[in-house]
Amino acid sequence: MSLLTAYPEVMTSVPLVMEDFPAADFSDTPWWLSLFKAFLLFVYVMLSVVVVIWFERRVIGRMQQRPGPNRLGPLGILQTTADGIKLFLKEDVTPKGADRLMFYAAPLIVASLAFVSFAIIPMGGDVQMFGHTTPLQLTDTPVAVLLVLAVAGVSAYGFVLAGWSSGSTYPLLGGLRSTAMVISYEIAMGLSLVAVFLYAGSMSTSQIVEAQQQSTVLGIPLWYIVPLFFSFVVYVITMIGETNRLPFDLAEGEGELGGGFHTEYSSMKFGMFFLGEYINMFTVSALATTLFLGGWHAPWPLNVLFDGALDSGWWGLLWFTAKMWGFIFFYVWVRGSLPRVRYDQFMALGWKILIPLSLVWVVAVMLIRSAQEGYFGEGRWVTVLTLGGIGVFVLIGILLWDRYAQRRAAAREEAQEVPEEIDPFADGYPVPPMPGQRLVEPRPAVEQARPVTVAAGQRGGDDPGTARSTEEEKERRG
Amino acid sequence: MADPTEPHTNEPARTADTTPARTGGAAPDGGKKEPGLLGQLFAPVAGFGVTFGTMFRKVPTQEYPEVKRPTATRYHGRHQLNRHPDGLEKCVGCELCAWACPADAIYVEGADNTDEARFSPGERYGRVYQINYLRCIFCGLCIEACPTRALTMTNEYEMADSERAPLIYEKHQLLAPLRPDMLTPPFPMAEGMEERDYYQGKVTGSTSGQRDYVEQREARRSEAEADAEARS
Repeated sequence: MSLLTAYPEVMTSVPLVMEDFPAADFSDTPWWLSLFKAFLLFVYVMLSVVVVIWFERRVIGRMQQRPGPNRLGPLGILQTTADGIKLFLKEDVTPKGADRLMFYAAPLIVASLAFVSFAIIPMGGDVQMFGHTTPLQLTDTPVAVLLVLAVAGVSAYGFVLAGWSSGSTYPLLGGLRSTAMVISYEIAMGLSLVAVFLYAGSMSTSQIVEAQQQSTVLGIPLWYIVPLFFSFVVYVITMIGETNRLPFDLAEGEGELGGGFHTEYSSMKFGMFFLGEYINMFTVSALATTLFLGGWHAPWPLNVLFDGALDSGWWGLLWFTAKMWGFIFFYVWVRGSLPRVRYDQFMALGWKILIPLSLVWVVAVMLIRSAQEGYFGEGRWVTVLTLGGIGVFVLIGILLWDRYAQRRAAAREEAQEVPEEIDPFADGYPVPPMPGQRLVEPRPAVEQARPVTVAAGQRGGDDPGTARSTEEEKERRG
Repeated sequence: MADPTEPHTNEPARTADTTPARTGGAAPDGGKKEPGLLGQLFAPVAGFGVTFGTMFRKVPTQEYPEVKRPTATRYHGRHQLNRHPDGLEKCVGCELCAWACPADAIYVEGADNTDEARFSPGERYGRVYQINYLRCIFCGLCIEACPTRALTMTNEYEMADSERAPLIYEKHQLLAPLRPDMLTPPFPMAEGMEERDYYQGKVTGSTSGQRDYVEQREARRSEAEADAEARS
């Protein structure tokens, strides 16, 4: 504010063309209808979870050339139900060393918070319900997307508390990893969302969806996946990290941590974590749909057919669900294709690649948007010049990086060059030779190993101190 | 693949001589063909293509309990004690199978045939015959050892059980089922035949004398049973 008051001419000279896109209108929604919508949302999410567990196992099965669960019901669709019943009926174990209150609270935090984020996801346009016109969205706030990030941050508490309260080593490690992951990946995720906010001029989900319908090329709505492709890629990577899914499921890596933060959990308390994890998958997928894929709006040829009839009302739910399941399929696909990364690789990717690149990208988007909105002055060349400037900057960056990479490669090669001969005991302990290296036999060992010839009438030559002299004698003799 | 972006296309002689070398064994440059530009570009995510492509391949899983695939014709399954064409047992109780068995799974007790009770042609028959399928390794050495071809193997492999005792198969479980022309021992050898005729294939089925004998035997037995019932 001080900046604007110090330079009032900035405010006056720049035309503020950022128009507000229509937000979801809840004026005709009584409280009981909101309650009913919340119930519908709950059913929708729970059904999705039941289906996705089956879906994931079937698809992974096909990707590994096996059928997947196929015993219960047609195509094994009832498998999840059976698993749920089994979870309910299992013995609920609480370890002796556990902090009881926290041990009970942690799964509740995870499972209940997972539902919260879905409240702000617009799943369709305005529909008629019991004589009221209401959007297919539970609620909307001017900072709706931030709410999702905040809820994701708070639900990390669930994982940490679960790990800590178990009173066991591996859960603690898993919980700590989970915190570190959420913290480091939320930065990159937030930065990728900033670009969306800059384009939409709003953090309200319904307004972001509308903003994506406004700019069109030949009638094709320019969803933000096109201008903000880099943000989209970053978001997709971070959303896998956020939800602890393969290849980033380090917080519960079975191979390393024996299950991670939920090692000590059993029965329905484990089921809560399971549920929370899958709902989180849906949440981030729904957010990706909303922010980058035009939300509930129909894809291109369908949104202009029949005067846009397919692009309004309940139809939105269909398009939204289809897009969201596209992401879910991607999740499964990634899980079927990639192995788990190492923890330090994961952190390096987050901090050294995603965050710096996102920062540069956000600055670039900011400059482009300022140019488009006329903050750099009027004229058709302003945007082009800005783009050119960014291009030059990026080129210089690439050149510098290339030189740096070359120098590093040279240094690495130099470090890898191995001497022809090495002394395996140089550092005091035996070191095996590298490929192409030859070992220098340790001198005393060689001399001791040499066959000792004792001439008749001569003193025994097996004293190690006289090894050298016997060798000289041998040479002298023949 | 003739990819125009392949780096070696300006050296036709080289590509020409590497191809036969690769089919003949190790290529002189020791490696695969250099991937094209697109191949190099998508190399880091090639695994995604593999998994996606696999989704549309045939699933080789056998739906076992519902769909049973036949075994190989010479599959080593459950044993069977065969019979001569008239129904007499082939087993002579020699115990060679038990001696041959590396897992010590077979227990045989032989006994003498008498004129009243003849189970096999010749002197002896296997009175007790047990195979312990918890020990049997289905190697088939017992079948090789059997001098009368009494012991062979079937293709049956569903022998699981949750207890031990039922997995020791007794003689009545191992004996081959009676074919229509066969009779249930004991009964005398076919008229005018002796032991060697059975092995020379001269006996092709039960004779009328044998059938009469078995009928009388069955009649006597049912009478005795009826008597016993009436007495009690």
